This record gives sequence, C-alpha cells and structure tokens, in this order.
Amino acid sequence: MKIGIIDYKSGNLKSIQNMLTYLGQEHFIASTKDEIESADKLIFPGQGHFSQAKKALETSGLIDSIKTSIKDGKPFLGICLGLQILFENSEEAPNEKGLSIVKGDVLKFQQGKTPQIGWNKISTTKNNSILEDESYYFVNSYYVKPKDTTIVSAYCNYHIDFTASIEKQNLIAVQFHPEKSGEAGIRVFEKWIKL
Amino acid sequence: MLAKRIIPCLDIKDGQTVKGVNFENLKYAGDPISLAKKYSDEGADELVFLDITATNEGRKTTIQMVENVAKQVFIPFTVGGGVKTVNDIKALLRAGADKVALNSAAVKNPDIIKEASEEFGSQCIVIAIDAKKIDDDFYVFINAGQKNTGIKLLDWAKKIEALGAGEILLTSMDADGTQAGFDIAMTKLVSENVNIPVIASGGAGDKPEHFCDVFEYASADAALAASIFHFDLLPVPELKKYLREKNISIR
Repeated sequence: MKIGIIDYKSGNLKSIQNMLTYLGQEHFIASTKDEIESADKLIFPGQGHFSQAKKALETSGLIDSIKTSIKDGKPFLGICLGLQILFENSEEAPNEKGLSIVKGDVLKFQQGKTPQIGWNKISTTKNNSILEDESYYFVNSYYVKPKDTTIVSAYCNYHIDFTASIEKQNLIAVQFHPEKSGEAGIRVFEKWIKL
Repeated sequence: MLAKRIIPCLDIKDGQTVKGVNFENLKYAGDPISLAKKYSDEGADELVFLDITATNEGRKTTIQMVENVAKQVFIPFTVGGGVKTVNDIKALLRAGADKVALNSAAVKNPDIIKEASEEFGSQCIVIAIDAKKIDDDFYVFINAGQKNTGIKLLDWAKKIEALGAGEILLTSMDADGTQAGFDIAMTKLVSENVNIPVIASGGAGDKPEHFCDVFEYASADAALAASIFHFDLLPVPELKKYLREKNISIR
C-alpha cells in the first residue's frame, strides 16, 4: 500500500514524510495527475494562504484528479488548509472559490488572538472513526462551517465552538496538525493507515 | 479551550546540548535528540532550540541536528540563534523546524519579518525580544543583550505584529537567571496589547507558582524555561500537575 502526499508547491511536506517514515509506511510525493491516480491513499497537507493554495492547485492541474479520487472512494486525509480548501468560500480570500467538494464556508475567528496556536482538546461525534477526545496541535486563524453538520466528526472551542474535523465515507479532514500532535497524533495516522 | 504551553529551551553548540548558567561554565550535556524525546514524552508542549554556535561549520551541524529531531520528535519546535537572512530561515524550515526565531536581525532589518512571513507564513516566524526596564519604561536590547536599541518594548511589539510576526518570545533581562519568577509587568504589558501569542521567558525558578502567576496575572500564552528542566529542579509532569490543580488550562 502506497500513500501519496499531494504536493502543490505550497506548504511543508517534510513533517508528513517524517511521520510516515517513522511509522514504516511506504509513501511518495504526488505532484502530477498520474501520481495522484496511482496512490492507494492520499494525504492533502496544507499550510499558507487559501488563495495561493487554490492558484497553485490550478497551475499544477491537480484539481480534477483530486476530485475524481475522492468521488471514486480513495481514502483521503486533508490537514489544516487541506480541510479548508475543500469548501466553497473563505473569508481569507473573498474573490477565490475553493474546491467546493464540501458545501459551506471558511470563517475567520472574531475573538481571541490569531492565529490560534497550541494544543486544544476536541470532542468527537458519533460520526468519527479515527480521532479521540484528546488534545491536538492547532495553528489556524480560520475555521470551517459545513452546511451539512452531520459530516462533522469533532468539535473544538476557541472562544466559540468550531468544527475540528469532518468525515464523509472515504473523506476525512482535520483542522489540527496530527503530524505535530505527539503520541495522540501518531495514533491518528496509525488508525487512518489501517482503515 | 486552548491550553497554556510549557516550553523547555535547549541551548545548542556545534550540534550538542550544552548546560550552563548564563552561558558560563558550559558543559556538554549530550545528544539533543534524546533530550528532546524525553521532554516530548514528559508532556512538553513545544521545544525551542537556541543555537549559540558561533562558526559556520557549527551551524551546518545544527541543520543536521534539526533534520534528525524532525524525524523523531513529533511536537512543534522552534530554532533560533544567529538567524540573519531569509535563506537562513528557509534552510531551517526545510530541515524540519516548524518555526524560526529572529532577534537582532529583525531589529537591524525589520523588513525581513514582512518578507519571511509572506514567503513562509506568519505562523512560522517568531520574533524573540530581549528587554530591560530603565526608569519607568521597557527597552529592546540586541546582540545578546549587549546593546540598548533605544526602542520602547511596546512600540517594537506592535510594529512586528503589523509586519507579520506570528508569535513573540519575550525575555526579561532583569528576570533572566534570577530564578525568582517571570517578569509579570513586562509580560502583561506586551501580552495584553498585541493580538499574537506571547511566550514568557526569563526568571523561572523551581517554584511552579512562577508559571501559574505568569499565566494568571500576565496573560502569557506560553512559558519557556531552560535550567529548571535541564537540572530536573522542576520536571514537566510535576509542573503540569500543579497547574492543573490550579485550574490553569493545560494539556
């Protein structure tokens, strides 16, 4: 089984590579359409700006193959901006559409220091299969608000309650960084790899 | 609720951990990776590596050390000390550092903050500030605390926030080395007047109350210490247990 880490020249892939290597899991960097198609599972890491990420994905021509992979049932793990970019609109980039794979918006925190930096405890819902009611490491100024709340798999609180993760069949995406969440984060990858 | 962070700081020279008091009587204290792993296992929330290496040769060793830490330690870590250019930042981030701390270089050339935060994202640009009270105001010092810039602390803190800094690592030169507690007045001034997280540094002693005070009375988002952890004067699990009992939000 080979995991493809989607590279769209935005964000640091190294910590995900280090985590998978540590777990003895075969993986490769998927930066072309063919590479995305050849992966058994996909990780979509994200860091940086919503608009830059969307533009980078367009430039690299990966959007269709990502959408097809998700539609065809390939296990998919989005992380941080890799969660937000799946949505329709973001307050970070009012003139840019997201991938619109999930209906809803990305909103900016109105209270508290931004970004939220640090460990925050999540509360999982019945719709969760790989997370625990544990603390994970967050770095975010924006949070997702899905139209269909049944896809939420965990909530968290930073001055307001917000969606920490979503899950819909083969599609799982988390706002926090499991690759930086110590033992709890390692268990997220172990469980996801086994799915 | 977001937890307050406890951050051990490791001083690095030529790729090795060194222990000393106020950079004097430095002793090599072994492999930074084992120490980083130990802190991570004990519940440290993040780590800071402060590179006190002077030579270029030694700095290459630091890059290798960063690569090795990133392969084995899965909590966030910051690397600082002698970072001068955007290329220095890039090299450390590529090696696997999550954040890079800038100090004197940011004062000498504030544009580097904007440039680096735009290129790599604010979240990985930490600005370290060394400050000291003179008469009734706090001033920013550079060159390892040797030179007073004449810049007022809060002016500088607000300026770096506007330029795109993601976090402030604030060291009180008055408190540093005293082990008498964090500088509450200084930390509070910055933390309550900027909208980015502030890491308090300098002055932590073996009393867990020091940490409780800086979180409760100075609104610090995180607290950093070196010697009390290195010399096992206050192990991380014991500190966290105390803070939990005091109802401080802790992981």
